[in-house]
Amino acid sequence: MDNSHIAIELIDVDKHFGAVHANDKVSLTVKTGTIHGIVGENGAGKSTLMSILYGFYQADSGHIKVFEKDCKFTSSRQSIDAGIGMVHQHFMLVENFTVLENVILGTEGGALISESLEKARKELTRLGVEYGLEVDLDTPVELLSVGILQRVEILKGLYKGAKILILDEPTGVLTPQETDELFRIFSALKEQGVTIILITHKLREIMSITDQVSVMRDGKMVAHRQTNETSTEELAELMIGRKVLLNIDKSESKSGSPVLKVTNLHVSNEQGIERVSDINFEVCSGEVLGIAGVTGNGQGTLLKALTGILPLTKGSIEVFGKIITSDNHLGPRILRELGIAHVPEDRQRMGLITEFSASESALLGYHNDEHLNQGLLLKKALVKKNCESLMSSFDVRPADPNLKSSNFSGGNQQKLIVAREFERDPEVLIIGQPTRGVDIGAIEFIRKRIIAMRDAGKAVVLVSVELEEIMSLSDRIIVMCDGQITGNVDARDAEERTLGLMMANALTSSEKNQEVQS
Amino acid sequence: MTRDTRLAWINGLMLPLLNVLTAFAAIAIVFVFINVDPIEAAKIVIHGTLGYEEGVGYTLYYATNFVFTGLAVAVAFHAGLFNIGGEGQAYVGGLGVALAVLAFDPSISPWVVIPASIMGSLLFGALWAIVPGYLQAYRGSHIVITTIMFNFIASALMVYMCVHVLREVGQMNPQSKMFPETAWLPFIHDIFAGIGYKIAPSPLNLSIVLALLFSLLVWIFLWHTRWGYAIRATGKNTTAAVYGGIKPKKVIILTMCISGALAGLVAVNELLGYQHRLMLDFQYGYGFGGIAVALMGRNHPAGILVAALLFGMLYQGGMELAFELPNVSRHIVVVMQGLVILFCGALEYIYKPRLVRFLAPIEASE
Repeated sequence: MDNSHIAIELIDVDKHFGAVHANDKVSLTVKTGTIHGIVGENGAGKSTLMSILYGFYQADSGHIKVFEKDCKFTSSRQSIDAGIGMVHQHFMLVENFTVLENVILGTEGGALISESLEKARKELTRLGVEYGLEVDLDTPVELLSVGILQRVEILKGLYKGAKILILDEPTGVLTPQETDELFRIFSALKEQGVTIILITHKLREIMSITDQVSVMRDGKMVAHRQTNETSTEELAELMIGRKVLLNIDKSESKSGSPVLKVTNLHVSNEQGIERVSDINFEVCSGEVLGIAGVTGNGQGTLLKALTGILPLTKGSIEVFGKIITSDNHLGPRILRELGIAHVPEDRQRMGLITEFSASESALLGYHNDEHLNQGLLLKKALVKKNCESLMSSFDVRPADPNLKSSNFSGGNQQKLIVAREFERDPEVLIIGQPTRGVDIGAIEFIRKRIIAMRDAGKAVVLVSVELEEIMSLSDRIIVMCDGQITGNVDARDAEERTLGLMMANALTSSEKNQEVQS
Repeated sequence: MTRDTRLAWINGLMLPLLNVLTAFAAIAIVFVFINVDPIEAAKIVIHGTLGYEEGVGYTLYYATNFVFTGLAVAVAFHAGLFNIGGEGQAYVGGLGVALAVLAFDPSISPWVVIPASIMGSLLFGALWAIVPGYLQAYRGSHIVITTIMFNFIASALMVYMCVHVLREVGQMNPQSKMFPETAWLPFIHDIFAGIGYKIAPSPLNLSIVLALLFSLLVWIFLWHTRWGYAIRATGKNTTAAVYGGIKPKKVIILTMCISGALAGLVAVNELLGYQHRLMLDFQYGYGFGGIAVALMGRNHPAGILVAALLFGMLYQGGMELAFELPNVSRHIVVVMQGLVILFCGALEYIYKPRLVRFLAPIEASE
């Protein structure tokens, strides 16, 4: 394929949101038929830039050229007409429509859709064969796995004539196997001359699939590299502007006696659907138990059961000599008083109250503490002072207890929550997705703190969908799939491929045996 | 000035002010249509509410009721509950007052009777709100629906009580007998007279002190106690509240209890303070007015005091208009209130985008 043509050229694109300078004179050149990665921390301006390219936002100044023609997009329709397709992080599909119906959405044609359905069916079959994107067109999309849904989104883009595909964090919800499959599709698309822009924060993916990579930081484009001339370390340094330690050094765990014991556990979610089925595990003091799995395989429900938010339907949880069963429910307040800390998966919805000030959010869960109350009144001055000390020991910025919680960046919100939960010196830590949507600097910080808690003899249960996080922090790893445990391995023997197969519950029995032997 | 404080200024002060001015402009247009000179009307309203002692007394007397119902709506609102049953809770609060007063012998000291009857109003108001609260918490019945229905039930109950149970022997009027003087809250003009100042008599009574006291208590309760924290956390984010060990069901019941009790205090101002007997519809309109007062006052006691004063002025000013001008009926009060509610409540944010855009250049220059 001829690589000399330029698919997209952005010149000095500038965009303000109020006082925030989201894109500061950003320039970017993407060659036709290549895979171009864009990396950057949260809030670096990647998504804004892509939204400008897709016609969601208009740039304040600067030029956009698509296939060497000047373009001015005021709607996504114009962008689609120019040959750009976007695959969003959250799929834009109608659940109970079939694949075919979803694809023609927005291009139905006349009053009767049968004609356009037939036309689409022919075209999609052709595209499917050409790019290796075969999908059963008559299945309702609600029955498809996320990996397939992503293919549908890509097909949708191609059907609308996209020659340039933008993918925003496409692998966040995929198993390693599904990711490999996606990358295979990328290669096939590239063979056919399609240009792909891949937005991600996973440097390993950048290294393995892209041809060029551009790095953004604080709204500016800070570097362009040929992928084969750079390294993960260099990209990480460019992203955050300093050297960073991605692999946490940790010593051997000195695990003690079991403090948390889960036996034959069954839990149903808020809608009454059983999401955790027959789970057994133990956690000892001084060790990190990692729970791996693709999002939505019961980990969230398990976390809520362990912290008293959801009642058990069957089985028991034993902690500090107390036994929780379906008849003997202990709520979050009692468990917290016993010494269980909980860093929830969803910090915006559960971990803090975005409309409260930071000091009030830092009080969540502890407002009944005796030392914070005097008679009928809360000691507000002490509450504020506590928040200040949490902020200084966990480097929360800005260190202003009166600032509204929603005005902190994701990483700083998370640091505030982690500070609140860790500084009470709990014996058991239940942690969900500690670094999701958090920038690299904060990731490093939070991970080190988790290991420090382990070394201080605490029992840690860590749920994460980032396999790399699980592998670098855990001493033992269990894998959940569809509410059940599908793997249980020592972290030293853990291997990404095997964990990935366990996450999809696709380990053959001979492989399982091998795993047990090793 | 940071972006936050600027938004607080816009939301807290400039928007309500602009909204009220718009409402006044709309009222002026209505006056033009009914052949009343708006300027003359404004003069009458200002003189009637602020210009002479009796007028001021009436304004504050009406405002007292709006403070109680405004606080009631605000407390519930902080827990995410829309209590529109203030009307019924105030009404039944009157039953609590009457039963307490009539249970005592007229010779008993006011120091016993008055606190007991205030407790009666709080208790009965709370009881009338606790049932919808319970139904919301444990049965999932929507609080808006149940509190509205409880207004009707309260109405029927009070008619029954006034006609069949508490009606004065030998009288045709559906009202209780006169309360003994030991149960009367002192009038403000009497208190002033006692310390040597002579002011014109008005229905304004000691309840206004109670209104100020409860505004302060509500502020302390909501922002300086663990229960207030739990209420606000539940209202802002129930998921996070549960995570924090708060039980939303209990919070709903506690909140409705306090909300109803505050509404019940209307009966103290009306019955102990002025009417001195239980009568039909003494609370009429204050419960619903309280919703607008809370909205305008941004659910904060300080704002509620200001908004209640404005509503007191509308009430008293409207009465004066009807009295002074032959072609204005007393229903002008309802029209004026309605327009204020329309612009301050329903169209609360119409100016916000414009105002933010207008202030944006200042922001950029900082």
